[in-house]
Formats: sequence, structure tokens, C-alpha cells
Amino acid sequence: MKKMLHIATALLLALGAQVAQADIKVLACEPEWGALVKELAGDKASVYVATTGLQDPHHIQARPSLVAAARNTQLVVCTGAELEGGWLPLLIRQSGNSAIQPGKPGNFEAAGYVRKLEVPERLDRGDGDVHAAGNPHIQTDPRNIALVAVPLARRLAELDPANAAMYQARSAEFLARWNAAIQRWEKEAALLRGTPVVVQHKAFPYLQQWLGLVEVAVLEPKPGIEPTSAHLSTVLAGLQAKPAKMILRAAYNDARGADWLAERTKLPIVVLPFTVGGNEQAKDLFSLFDDTVQRLLKGLR
Amino acid sequence: MSHPAPFAAALIALAIASPPLLAADNATQLQQLQQEIAAMRKDYETQLKALEARLKQAETSLAAQPATDSTARAPTSAGAPAAMESPPATQAATPTPATAQSSASAFNPAIALILSGSYSSFSQDPTQYRIPGFLAGGEIGPGVQGFSLGESELTLSATIDPWFFGSMSLALAADNSASVEEAFIQTTSLPGGLGLKAGRYLSSVGYQNDKHPHTWDFINAPLAYQVFLGGALTQDGLQFKAVLPTSQFIELGGGIGAAGEYPSGTGNRKKPGTGTLFAHTGGDVGASNSWRAGASMLWANATDRASDDIDSAGNPVSNVFTGNSRLAILDGVWKWSPNGNAKSTSVTLQGEYFHRTESGSMIYDASGQALADIYRSAQSGWYAQAVYKFLPAWRVGLRYDRLDLGNINASSNTANLFLPEYSPNRTTLMFDWSPSEYSRVRLQLAQDRARYGLTDNQIMIQYQMSLGSHGAHGF
Repeated sequence: MKKMLHIATALLLALGAQVAQADIKVLACEPEWGALVKELAGDKASVYVATTGLQDPHHIQARPSLVAAARNTQLVVCTGAELEGGWLPLLIRQSGNSAIQPGKPGNFEAAGYVRKLEVPERLDRGDGDVHAAGNPHIQTDPRNIALVAVPLARRLAELDPANAAMYQARSAEFLARWNAAIQRWEKEAALLRGTPVVVQHKAFPYLQQWLGLVEVAVLEPKPGIEPTSAHLSTVLAGLQAKPAKMILRAAYNDARGADWLAERTKLPIVVLPFTVGGNEQAKDLFSLFDDTVQRLLKGLR
Repeated sequence: MSHPAPFAAALIALAIASPPLLAADNATQLQQLQQEIAAMRKDYETQLKALEARLKQAETSLAAQPATDSTARAPTSAGAPAAMESPPATQAATPTPATAQSSASAFNPAIALILSGSYSSFSQDPTQYRIPGFLAGGEIGPGVQGFSLGESELTLSATIDPWFFGSMSLALAADNSASVEEAFIQTTSLPGGLGLKAGRYLSSVGYQNDKHPHTWDFINAPLAYQVFLGGALTQDGLQFKAVLPTSQFIELGGGIGAAGEYPSGTGNRKKPGTGTLFAHTGGDVGASNSWRAGASMLWANATDRASDDIDSAGNPVSNVFTGNSRLAILDGVWKWSPNGNAKSTSVTLQGEYFHRTESGSMIYDASGQALADIYRSAQSGWYAQAVYKFLPAWRVGLRYDRLDLGNINASSNTANLFLPEYSPNRTTLMFDWSPSEYSRVRLQLAQDRARYGLTDNQIMIQYQMSLGSHGAHGF
């Protein structure tokens, strides 16, 4: 009995020590939000990222490792706008973690803080996998990252008031560096303005809007439906009238459709990292956009 | 216009509020209203101008202005710390037209409808389908010949309040009958990773048990599920689950349910019919692999549990069992996809092993000779399956089922029972095509040797369509 008590005390102490280690535990649905939390919180947050840059965030399963991570987190930071509709609601329910239920401070949806594009005027599955709230791939415009950073820092401060001043200072410092970087990227990418592009999935409207790229064709016949040979032929024919300069796809997209078109049109395929970890160069938010701009410029040459 | 959404919202609000005012036909009121709108607009515009001026000031050197509206502009370093206290103006622009529905329908539960149908061809008569010696019950057999409407399933679910989630699934069968497949409430705000489910629900024993048929990889349930659980274990009762606060996923749970459905019986409703305990664990191996494994126990009080069987001459008889039934299940699933991206390529390996012991008494041929004596059995079964997605829309799968009749001691009834020396088994091959995540067409070929001395060659074609909100599927 006494031995049991000792073990119990040891366990409790170990548990207490674990809590004291990291000030806040964060589960980020996508790598870009994990990277943003790291910018804002430094080593005050331990961040678990649910997906990698090589995974399609629409098609993730609520796997056991994610349920365990959701069980142990204080804050989930996700895109929202139904991007994670196929797995996040289930993950949150299965975790039994009351702090991260929708509507609680521990549930943060980034898409709620930016102006969304491609909000469908009608909702019909005949139009493919459309999102009622608008296109969810908001992270491809760095200005959206800045818009999310402010409320995210505020949320971190709310959940971890002891470090509130630190979050505020770090977010101001991050935004200063970020805005300087945006200016640099915009200067570098000025050449890209007006460039006609073919995209694999409607994954880049925010990037297109930011840099003034013009989307002339989409390889997916409908959002979320893999390119079919019939549709690819239509795209090929359409490019005669409206030529493009390059084909854009995210690192996680299946390569076959883009390869088929590139072979016939001799257009360069630009594989964009899409998020942090989408390729070796995109190590954090800054290098993500450094690399994105460089790859686009290379595609132009 | 730079900020259409708040204006639109204000105008809609005014439009809703205005009809009674107009009906009053009061010119001064109308004028007042117009003045108010003008004042609101002016006020809003001045605020906006001030904000834009601040943004411009801090971004003076921003070259090559992109052709975007100003709402998507980044807050500047000068503006950001102030924004920590007061929400940025852009936040006001978040409501989008598609989400601005009327409040009456905005709170409606999510509705998901599954439509399915099939065409089947069996070389043996499916109405004579019996797996002798297992005292089976519930949903057994391959289905009906020819065209048939599958089970349509209608699910309504929603968050009830900050404390509860609720869901109901109605199964509408081809014979025009409707049944409540699930109707449960679930807690969402208990501490300690604890969750309680009450009502009628698919128990979380094993791996496939709590999955709805439209998420199965094959058209029908494994033989072991058919003979030991009557298709799947449903409880009318209470189930708890707790996810432990460990970095490794460990989930413990258990449930208690009323007597009624197989493997309990309808005879005694005073005692609970079924009790379960289960534990699951799992994790990832690198980015490409993930797995889950579990062990479950099911105890059932069977009172007057009737089973269709055949006698040693092959004639149908009905046997009734009363006693204790104990089922142990070991389950495991392993999923692989390149870099964990299952959109185009994936492999899923899945298997479960069942072992059941029963002891009590059995009435042989209850509607005829009605011979009662003690009954004891120890039986087992398993299945293993692999599903390979080789193209984004195409999958192929192979499943093997096997049952072991084990040891049966039915005392004086042993001679009456038909207990041949063989192991019922089945091999199933499946191809399916899913043009989108909402539709699927499937071809399934099976060689079913569950009946002694008979090989049933089965060809089935099935469609499954998902309409409305598409709930998330579990691992």
C-alpha cells in the first residue's frame, strides 16, 4: 500500500513537471499555422503539426496519433472554412477534450480573420468539392498570414496570460519583419504581374490576387475531382486561344495531369511548396515565400 | 466599395426592420431613417479613411501596388500592437454571403443521406443460407437475388449545446420498413478526456463494429461479424470512453446495454443484456504509416435467444439458447500511403480475431420436439483483408474469412445437431470506383463456402451515394 502511494506521488510529480515544461500546447492543423505559432510564441509553445506539406489537407484521417495530440492540447489552430471538415470535427469529438470544442477559446480558425475569395454564389455538389465559406487556401498570400497573426497572438495571450506581454512584443516584431519581407517579395515578383497560368487545383486564388497572376485554366474538371483525359484535352485546346506561361501545382498534388499537359504544350511545371515543408527550401514562413517567388520567376524564364 | 459585407449586413438589417415603419406610412420617420443611414455611412467612412491613412503612413515605401482591394492589406508593424487590443477593421469583413442564412435554418442539424442499391447473382439459393453450429442470429447471409434497393440511411446530427452532441441514423430498408440504426447523445465537455454516449449506438468493440455499412470496404460484413454479432453489436444503453493524457493514443471504454438484439435475447429485460470493455491504442510510424490495435470483451446474458439452424438431415430447425455468452475480439489495422497522402495511393491491411465461449442450456427444435439440455461451446473465427488504392478513384480489395466450429458439448442434443468436420470460409474480391468522395460503384466477386458441401459463387454490383452534409469518417 505504501509503495503504491509512493508510485502515485511520483506519477503526480512527473505529470506536474510535464505541465511546467511548455507553457502552452498547440495543435496546428496545417504546417503554416504551426510555423506562425512558433514565430509568435517561440519556445513558450510546444507545437504538434497534424499534417505535412506533402499531404492534401482535405483528405486526412482522424488517426490515433492525432486523437492523442488533440486530447493533450490547449489550443487547436486550423484554417477552417471547411478545409478540415472531413476529419477535424471527428478528431475534436473523439479527443474528449472540452477545451478545444468549437466556440471555446481553445479553438482558433484562421479563415475567420481574412476576406475569402471564390465564395460560391450557389451551393451544389455538381460543382465539385466547393466550400460554402469560400476558398480555404488562404495561406498563399502573405498578407493573410499577417491578418491571422494579430488575433492569434491575442488568443495565445488569452490562454496563457502569464506570457501576454511576450506574445504582444513578439507579434509586433514578427509583423515588422513580415511587412518588410512582403515589400521585398512584391518588388521581386513585379515581373510576374499579368502572367497567365494553368493551375492543377483551385489552390492559389490568394497568391494569384497578390502577385497579379491570371488563371486561364484548371486541370481539375471540378474542385477536388482528379483531372480526366477528356477535360485535359479541353484544357489543351483552350490553351491555343488563351496561351499560358506555366502550370502551377502544389507539392502534394498527383503529378500525372500536369505532366500530361506539359508534355504536349512544353510549358514548365512549377511545383510550389504551398506550405511550410512542401519542399526542402520552405523551412519556415519566410523561406516559404522566398522559395515560392523564386520558383515562379524561374518558371517565367 | 472596399467594405461591402458590413454595409450589406447593415442594409439587410435595415431592410428587415423597415417594413413596419413603411407600413406606418409616416414620412418623417422615413426621412429620419434616411438621415440615420447617411450618418451611419458617413461615420463608417470616416473611420475607414482614418484607418487607411494609418496603413498608408506605415507603408509609404510599398512599391508595385497589387491590384487588390484594400481589405486584404496586411496590418502594419505600427498598427499591429494597437490591434492587439481592438479587433482589426478587416475582422468586420469576415461574414460571407453564403453563411449569412436566416437564423431559423442556420441551426438545423446536418443532414446526410446515403442511397445505395445493388444487383446480385448467387449460384446457391440465398434463402437457404445457414452456417450450422454457431447458434447465429441477426443479419446473416449474402442478401437477395437480382436487383434490390440497399439500405438507405438518413443521418441527422448537430451540436446540441456546449455540453452535448446528438445524432440519429434511420435505416430505410427495401421492404418499406424503417429502423433506428443509431440515436444517441454524446457529452463534449466532461473533464479528463472522458466522453459518455447514451441511447442506441453501434458499440466500439472491435474495429469494424462502430463503422456504418457505407464506410465498409466490402459490400457485406465479415462472416465472423455475422455469426458472433449478428452483423454488428448495437447497444441501447450507456457507453463511456476515455482518451488517456499520454502522447501514445490509448483509449479505454466500456458499455452496458439492454437485452434484446443478438447476442442477448428478448426473454429477460430486468438484467442488462450486454456489457463491453475495450481498449485501443495506435500511432504513426514515420509520415507514411499509421496503425491501430485493440482488444475487446463482450459479455451477453442470452435469454430465449433463437437461432435458425439445420438438423443432421439438412432440415431447418430453430434452436433456443439461454445462458452466458462471452466474446473476445482482437483487432488491428495498418494503413500506408506515400508521405501520408492517401488521395492517390494507399494500402490498408485490416484483420480481427474472435473467440467465443457459451454455457447454459439449449432447446433443440423449439417449435417441434423441443428437447432441452445443457450446452457448452468454444468457437472462433477471423478475417483478414487488404485494400489497395492504385489510382485516385480506383481501389481493389481482397478478403479472406474463416470460422472454426471448435468444441461443442450439447449433451444429449449433440447427436441431433448438424456439426460437420469443416471450417466455413469465404474469399472475396472487390473493385470499386469513386469518381468523387460522394459516389462509389463497386463490383464484388466471392466464393462463399460457409455452407457445408456447397460452394456459392457470388457476383454483386453496388452503388453508394452520399447526399447532403458528409460527415467525417473515422480511422
